[in-house]
Amino acid sequence: MLGMTDGGVFSENFLRSRLDVGYNRPMLQTARPKKKSQPKAPAHEKYLEAFRWMLLTRTFEEKLASMYRGGRITGGVYIGKGQEAVSVACGIFLQKGDIFAPLIRDQAGRSAFGEPLVDVARTYLGSRAGPMRGRDGNIHRGKPRDGQLAMISHLGAMVSVVVGSLMAKRGRGEKNFIGLTTIGEGGMQTGASHEGMNIAAVEHVPLVVVATNNHYAYSTPNDREFACANLVDRARGYGFEGYELDGTDLAACLDVIGTAVKRARAGRPPQLVVASILRLAGHGEHDDFSYVTDDIRREPFAIDCLQRTEAVIRERELADAETLKRWREEAAEDVENAFSAAQREPVPSGDDEDWSAISRRDLVDEIGEGGSS
Amino acid sequence: MSITYLEAIREAQAKLLHDDKRVFIYGQDVGGSFGGAFKATKGLAKEFPGRVLNTPISEDAMVGTAIGAALEGMRPIVEMQFADFSSVALNQILNNAGTHYWRTNIPVPITVRLPSGGTKGSGPFHSQSMESLYAHYPGLIVMTPATVEDAYTMLIDAVAIDDPVVFCEHKYLYYHLKADNLPNDGMPVGKARIARPGRDLTIVSYSAMLHESLSAAEEIAKEGFEIEVVDLRTVKPLDTATVLASVARTGRLLAVGESFPWGGVTAEVIARVSAEGFHLLDAAPARINAKDTPIPYHPNLWSTHRPSSKAIAAKARKILRE
Ligand SMILES: Cc1ncc(C[n+]2csc(CCOP(=O)(O)OP(=O)(O)O)c2C)c(N)n1
Ligand SMILES: [Mg+2]
Repeated sequence: MLGMTDGGVFSENFLRSRLDVGYNRPMLQTARPKKKSQPKAPAHEKYLEAFRWMLLTRTFEEKLASMYRGGRITGGVYIGKGQEAVSVACGIFLQKGDIFAPLIRDQAGRSAFGEPLVDVARTYLGSRAGPMRGRDGNIHRGKPRDGQLAMISHLGAMVSVVVGSLMAKRGRGEKNFIGLTTIGEGGMQTGASHEGMNIAAVEHVPLVVVATNNHYAYSTPNDREFACANLVDRARGYGFEGYELDGTDLAACLDVIGTAVKRARAGRPPQLVVASILRLAGHGEHDDFSYVTDDIRREPFAIDCLQRTEAVIRERELADAETLKRWREEAAEDVENAFSAAQREPVPSGDDEDWSAISRRDLVDEIGEGGSS
Repeated sequence: MSITYLEAIREAQAKLLHDDKRVFIYGQDVGGSFGGAFKATKGLAKEFPGRVLNTPISEDAMVGTAIGAALEGMRPIVEMQFADFSSVALNQILNNAGTHYWRTNIPVPITVRLPSGGTKGSGPFHSQSMESLYAHYPGLIVMTPATVEDAYTMLIDAVAIDDPVVFCEHKYLYYHLKADNLPNDGMPVGKARIARPGRDLTIVSYSAMLHESLSAAEEIAKEGFEIEVVDLRTVKPLDTATVLASVARTGRLLAVGESFPWGGVTAEVIARVSAEGFHLLDAAPARINAKDTPIPYHPNLWSTHRPSSKAIAAKARKILRE
């Protein structure tokens, strides 16, 4: 049902793809980005749709950052500026029945996978109507019943969770599903991340891991994060198929991540995509990122993917100025609506809260007078 | 028929696998013809193909995988090879499984089996009792069965519960305890049991320490004192009402646990009785735990490190004299 027995293989599908791993190892793709990558012809059918999710995300997160500066958000604000092209490609190919475990810079992907913007606003504002009901905030949100897992902070922890969900789906006889999770180059250095990638390959689940090297983990640059020549080389070590990606190029993101999703769906081994970009904001909005050097800001991977996409659209006349203007206005309107709706909703109150961390109310520990109230 | 505590755990899992298609077992060496480091899953992989799965040595990912499967409707049982190695999975157990219901309103029905506690010669890394640590965090139910019957029915209960359960099974009891047969029903989860009635002193205990406490009570009975022994069964939730009712009968309290002394189950028992039953006490409540050092290898050291029936009896006599 769930895995392979010692006596042999219990599913035919499993057998076929298992053999593939061996045969296809030499096919590991490590197409390196050309030094100064030219935008590809935006032939991808999802190019404009993806651009609109990116635009919505940028507009939303700019508003969020300004609310943060105005003291209107409790706790941190973490945005994905510069990472929208990679992220949107993570969400846009997913279907109902798929599992998505995003991390902190994945608003574009979350939106493309179907997260309503109002749920984001609700979570940042602590609305009781939001998915987290004020119990958790900011990027720590999800709707597991809709395949949107709710990340915990601890980086790398979600990889194996997706593996388990995929095993259960396989066990139930579901078909054509995949899981996709994202990770930063920093999070890739945790033990959990390593254990998760390894167990994914051992269980041979249809998983895509999209790693974004944005060249910093908080303030720490790559040379203090890892010492291997190239992170994508780890794909071979884990038994994944691996690809590199210029994350500033939307067409490439759609192409490479779209391909990885397809291959996972087709029963190939787990897929690793390593995208290269520069984080164009602080780690969070509290951070002025003054540690990002001028040299690195001049690197080709420091290009703003949203500007680059819009330039391509204008250059190739994929949309006229009028249309672009309308899209921008619609994005602003969506953002406005999300925040104003969330702002009208009630926030939780300590007195009315149901302080039970387990679902079995009859098994709640009655701490009594000796402990908490 | 005679059945051991370990066999009861195996039988419970066989029944669970048989009765419930959602159940699977995930752990190191549990599968194949091997059946686990202690043979708690012996023969199950063959009987239930594809549902008793060997894993890499990846405690974090084992529990993470179980969480993901549970979210998709499965009822995974994770076997840690030794409780001690569950430290590697603490993050998944405490921060992922333990927070999930509170955060999302969706519980995570996983059962993590921890072969716990000391046996001779096992040393610092194969002897730990971690129930106090797991009980400290919100969102988990922590079971510590002390009898063959409880090992069986409580494991079945654990899998039925929608919330994550840490099931602390004691390795010392694996072979030492025997029962004639397995019950169909046990006591309700979360209810403590009066293992021996008495009137002069209440000893609150659980897991292997229950048996040390019972032999201490036996010994002291010869001196004319009747000790009441409470078996907590689950340490979270902690059945404070049963403990208080016992102290109301005896006026004296000794809490006995095998985990390390700083904080923990015994401290919790004393705190609750002191706060809620101070007027019931005729003497200062006391507790006895393992020593505040890593668990030693040599039997001479080990038998002094953990509370023995002798040490428990000595402490009990002291309280009775007060
Ligand atoms: C296990 C763990 N340690 C530390 C942190 C604190 N932390 C949150 S984000 C972050 C940097 C993450 O860097 P990276 O994975 O590269 O993602 P990026 O922020 O660059 O997108 C750190 C250190 C954490 N969340 N988890
Ligand atoms: Mg980074």
